Amino acid sequence: MSEDGELVFRRPAALSDVVTHYCPGCMHGIVHRLIAEVIDELGIRERTVGIAPVGCSVLAYHYFECDFAEAAHGRAPAMATGIKRTHPELVVFTYQGDGDLASIGTNELIHAAARGENITVVFINNAVYGMTGGQMAPTTLPGMVTTSSPYGRDVKRQGYPVRVCELVSQLDGTAYIVRRSAYKPAEIRKLRQALKIAFQVQMAELGFSLVEVVSNCPTNWGMTPKESLRFVEERMIAYYPLGDYRVRDEVKTLK
Amino acid sequence: MHEEVIISGFGGQGALFAGQLLAYTGMDEGWHVTWIPSYGPEMRGGTAHCVVIISDDDIGSPVIRNPTICIVMNPPSMEKYEPLVKPGGLLVVNSTLVRTRSERGDIEVVYVPANDLAAELGNVRMANVVLLGAMLGRREILPIEGIKRTLERHLPAERRRFIEPNKRALDRGVEYVRKQIGVGEPARLEEQVG
Amino acid sequence: MVGTRLSGWKGYRTMKILMKGNEAIAEAAIRAGCEAYFGYPITPQTEVLEYMARRMTELGRAFVQAESEVGAINMVYGAACTGARAMTTTSSPGYSLMQEGISYMAMSFVPCVIVNIMRGGPGLGNIQPSQGDYFQMTKGGGHGDYHLLSLAPSTVQETVDLIIEAFDLADKYRQPVTVIADGLIGQIMEPVEFPDLKEPQRPERPWALTGAKGRKKNVITSLFLDAHELERENLKLQAIIAQIKANEVRYAEYWLDGAEIVVIAYGTAGRIAQTAVKRAREQGIAVGLFRPISVFPFPYDRLREIAETAQQLLVVEMSAGQMLEDVRLATCNRVPISFYGRMGGVVPLPEEILDKIKGLAGTGS
Repeated sequence: MSEDGELVFRRPAALSDVVTHYCPGCMHGIVHRLIAEVIDELGIRERTVGIAPVGCSVLAYHYFECDFAEAAHGRAPAMATGIKRTHPELVVFTYQGDGDLASIGTNELIHAAARGENITVVFINNAVYGMTGGQMAPTTLPGMVTTSSPYGRDVKRQGYPVRVCELVSQLDGTAYIVRRSAYKPAEIRKLRQALKIAFQVQMAELGFSLVEVVSNCPTNWGMTPKESLRFVEERMIAYYPLGDYRVRDEVKTLK
Repeated sequence: MHEEVIISGFGGQGALFAGQLLAYTGMDEGWHVTWIPSYGPEMRGGTAHCVVIISDDDIGSPVIRNPTICIVMNPPSMEKYEPLVKPGGLLVVNSTLVRTRSERGDIEVVYVPANDLAAELGNVRMANVVLLGAMLGRREILPIEGIKRTLERHLPAERRRFIEPNKRALDRGVEYVRKQIGVGEPARLEEQVG
Repeated sequence: MVGTRLSGWKGYRTMKILMKGNEAIAEAAIRAGCEAYFGYPITPQTEVLEYMARRMTELGRAFVQAESEVGAINMVYGAACTGARAMTTTSSPGYSLMQEGISYMAMSFVPCVIVNIMRGGPGLGNIQPSQGDYFQMTKGGGHGDYHLLSLAPSTVQETVDLIIEAFDLADKYRQPVTVIADGLIGQIMEPVEFPDLKEPQRPERPWALTGAKGRKKNVITSLFLDAHELERENLKLQAIIAQIKANEVRYAEYWLDGAEIVVIAYGTAGRIAQTAVKRAREQGIAVGLFRPISVFPFPYDRLREIAETAQQLLVVEMSAGQMLEDVRLATCNRVPISFYGRMGGVVPLPEEILDKIKGLAGTGS
């Protein structure tokens, strides 16, 4: 309570009043909350449909108070296309991890973006398959040790990481492609703003929007939460620079 | 009434279209009809054929082995279908392109220089309709006027300018086999009904 | 001319049109109120996609040429989650790719219509007509315990009628419903009649994802981490399948009175066999035809009855003998069963089947 008794902090209406299953220190909780805040702020909870991926956030539909579907692994953008094309008045977002979006679901992502589908993709990049126990992901950094790259990712044998924003922003159908993080409060504020713009882009029918969140995985990285945030800041962001990769001119005029 | 017709030629010779004219007319005349094309790579210049069945009864099998009537528009089609025509059936041969003759004595064979006749009418691509006319000139399984009505009713708007030329091509085929008037060569109508 | 003219067409509704099977499938779906179509080009079904591209757009309904059959089925899944009548069509290799999405839809109780215009396989095979996907269509196809209601037409008119019915059945059972046809039915032109154009209707679908306005949120998922919970959901699904088995058995019978030999064939093979059986009858052979129209549920009970009076059965398929297994199950091998199958896109001719019938009747050469 502030001095005059005004309520300054509460659970967003779009966020369910349940305990999540996420590990301590994981950024999913922060991103969920930010999405819920933005849904509340834009007043769209009753016309939003979310699509959960396969991965750690497979149960995301338990955590939002809006309609939700659970997609097959990687297929969320195709499913979102089906929903949005039949109900353009709905606000449709997918919530996907790096294995889901940048490996098994690359085709669905790329083509939804190329078609300029009016959907919003929230992409959580923590460089590892979390739910299955820490295997190499398409975004695992060179040299990074995972259970399926036990000697560190050798780019000669295991290839290079996929930089999603750089890739997708080449497509003419995209309107708003940005990379943010949540490792410190200033970045969290920027992320919140980006999520809001992404939804606004969809509501203004400007095209495909994607917000990548450079994220962490203390459990599978074998770090404390604090160490994992330092790894995000020093190593992850070095490979995945934060910034705006495509912002169509019309987006800049959005209020 | 039960006729099983095969029309066969190179892709682009209009075998499928000639078959559709039969099928539409058969339907408009109140018969049961089926039309099956060969499909796939044939459309890109190989051989193309269609099977048309016109019947007074429900059509079970739309595929046949022995046609009662067959139009062959090129040599490979002649080779393939000439032996298969049902005894007592009719074989119409595009003699501009097919230089061989049928040895069979149990079918009726007519040789029609369809490319030449069509070229004389101004468009060699109408050889298919000339052959259709020749076929109906020998066996009027559907009224020739019915085929003309089909051209008027079913040709899409962008192809309506072909209606009158096609009617003339149809008539030319009928006339050729009925009056045995050749173009640039003597008539080669041979009847060999066994 | 000889012969009798048709006095009137069965079920004459508007006006008969000569139409290719694939185009008739598209138009039938439109008339049934299909609001959303997603597909990918594959021979021999591509005309459905092309027709839908034109007509759905004209009507202001949803159409997307998907990036793959995987994309297409998941777009159908999404559209169907909102309660829209949604459809995709494909051919064998594409149907294989769709299995994942179909399994998800079955377990999350989402209706849709899927058409498989079968072609020769396995592998890339060819583009000629085949019935090699019977197992995949009737025994599940994807992972997990499910069967989809699967209807097998043999003419273009029957295809139209079954497509329209398939949408109603999908809604009734909240399950994907499949129509199983082949390249011949896709490519053949026959006269057809259609019912009047239906405006898309959205019956009450309280489960649909339409925005949680004035109600609790809806969730559509096939994920049930608790084993007992997943078993309960499976039991719900099995109860639906039991209903389908009880209510939706369909078949056609021809000349079964006094038939000592009964030919069993579905779809294209069924109509070809019809000609062979008719000719055999004309030659005095006591033969009839049994044509399953629902291949799931398979008409086990009726076939069991037939096996009690028939002396032999002849199964004809454009496959190595897939429906044959269901015939064996139905009749418990009480009567001798012969099989005639063609593969690789070879379509059997009536003469081949007739020879086989004559052989069984002891009148063959």
